[in-house]
Amino acid sequence: MRTIEAASLQVEGVELAFGTNKVLRGVDLAVPAGHTACVIGPSGSGKSTLLRAINRLLEPDAGDVKLGGESVLRGDPDVLRRRIGMVFQHFNLFPHKTVLDNITLPLRKIKKLDTDAAQEAAREQLELVGLKEKAAARPGNLSGGQQQRVAIARALAMKPEVMLFDEATSALDPELVKGVLALMADLAQAGMTMVVVTHEMGFAREVADQVAFMDHGVVVESGVPEQVFTDADSPRLRQFLSQVL
Amino acid sequence: MDIWSTLSDTFLDWESMKAVLPEMLKVGLVNTLILAAASVVLGTVLGMIVAVLALSTKPWLRWPAKIYTDIFRGLPAILTILLIGQGLSPITRHWWGPNPYPLGILALSLIAAAYIGEIFRSGIQSVEKGQLEAARALGFSYTSGMRLVVIPQGVRRVLPALVNQFIALVKESSLVYFLGLLASQRELFRIGQDAAATNGNLSPLLLAGIFYLIITVPLTHLVNHFDKRLREGRPAETEAVKLEELAHANH
Repeated sequence: MRTIEAASLQVEGVELAFGTNKVLRGVDLAVPAGHTACVIGPSGSGKSTLLRAINRLLEPDAGDVKLGGESVLRGDPDVLRRRIGMVFQHFNLFPHKTVLDNITLPLRKIKKLDTDAAQEAAREQLELVGLKEKAAARPGNLSGGQQQRVAIARALAMKPEVMLFDEATSALDPELVKGVLALMADLAQAGMTMVVVTHEMGFAREVADQVAFMDHGVVVESGVPEQVFTDADSPRLRQFLSQVL
Repeated sequence: MDIWSTLSDTFLDWESMKAVLPEMLKVGLVNTLILAAASVVLGTVLGMIVAVLALSTKPWLRWPAKIYTDIFRGLPAILTILLIGQGLSPITRHWWGPNPYPLGILALSLIAAAYIGEIFRSGIQSVEKGQLEAARALGFSYTSGMRLVVIPQGVRRVLPALVNQFIALVKESSLVYFLGLLASQRELFRIGQDAAATNGNLSPLLLAGIFYLIITVPLTHLVNHFDKRLREGRPAETEAVKLEELAHANH
């Protein structure tokens, strides 16, 4: 993998409500630069909402988010999102564009690269995810695993300082999960700061530097994987683990 | 036999068809195509604006678009054409004289924009929410995300409905006849009707009908083509991928 300029990420007391429904009730999470934090927890615990609060797809009602030590809540959210890559459960590739154009579109329109430079950067990323030969294909002609790897390449091409993964393998057929997880593990190894919402406990145990367990809109417990998985304090976490492991 | 000869005299009087054919080609067809094409372009542009306003999160943008759509979709076309074409002509005659075409095109476009706006809106709304979210997560503004990612996909999905609307416009263009046309401004219907009155039979009108079909039937087939392509995916692209793989295999 290429050199990565990763930044640290701090989430401090973030609250967020949809109308009267409080989804985040003061979430704290600190991820040092180059670390991978896995966020686990039951459905509806606020994991995906937390990721969207970090890159301000949803605006937090209270609390602060710091990227490289600086608060991101006052600046332009469009500029912030260029520094944070995001990968979605359903890939969200642009189906009307080729694989290559999916990656070059933001490079040309946002980073203002010329077509040649954008294509070169895009091909480089595709090679890193092992899909160089699919440059001319439409996303609809790729497998789910290939689509997700393209989505990761598209996010990485923007040279983000932090990557957010929202259940990146949940929509994949079982046999395709491994390739995507391996790619994410490589990225973690290369020193990217990552927040990974996942149901893949094996991945969390092996790759994460820290694991945070969320329930009812708060981080109930967090720590190194070893401690969280084998020596959990809270009964809620112990109960959750007994159901998923 | 009597019935047959009556029908034949009414509809198949070749002489009167032949007599009106040159005028129908040189004047009528040209004018119909000008009216329809101009209204298609203006109606599509206005329709896209109506759709974008109707989808706005701001009520003061959304409501005018909805009221506009209700009014122009709810009125009979002929009434709108007369109100605009005759009503505004005292003002516009200072700009381009008594020519009814600009106001006729405006009226047709305003009507079309109401329908086309709804077509675009439904297409854009059918695009999955994740598309805009992904665009925004990459750093696109709402406007750029809509323009580059969501709208192109929405428009593709409604191409069949859009072409149907264009067909309707070709036919409705005949209604500008009610605004009063100079000899050189007459479109297919009016020329057919004038010749029918002169000759005392409907054969010129039948000829006008054939010309309408020459325009609209290929458009109908275009609709079917788009429809088929949408349902089956795009064979041309699969082909491109195959070619690319072959190229790789040859290396």
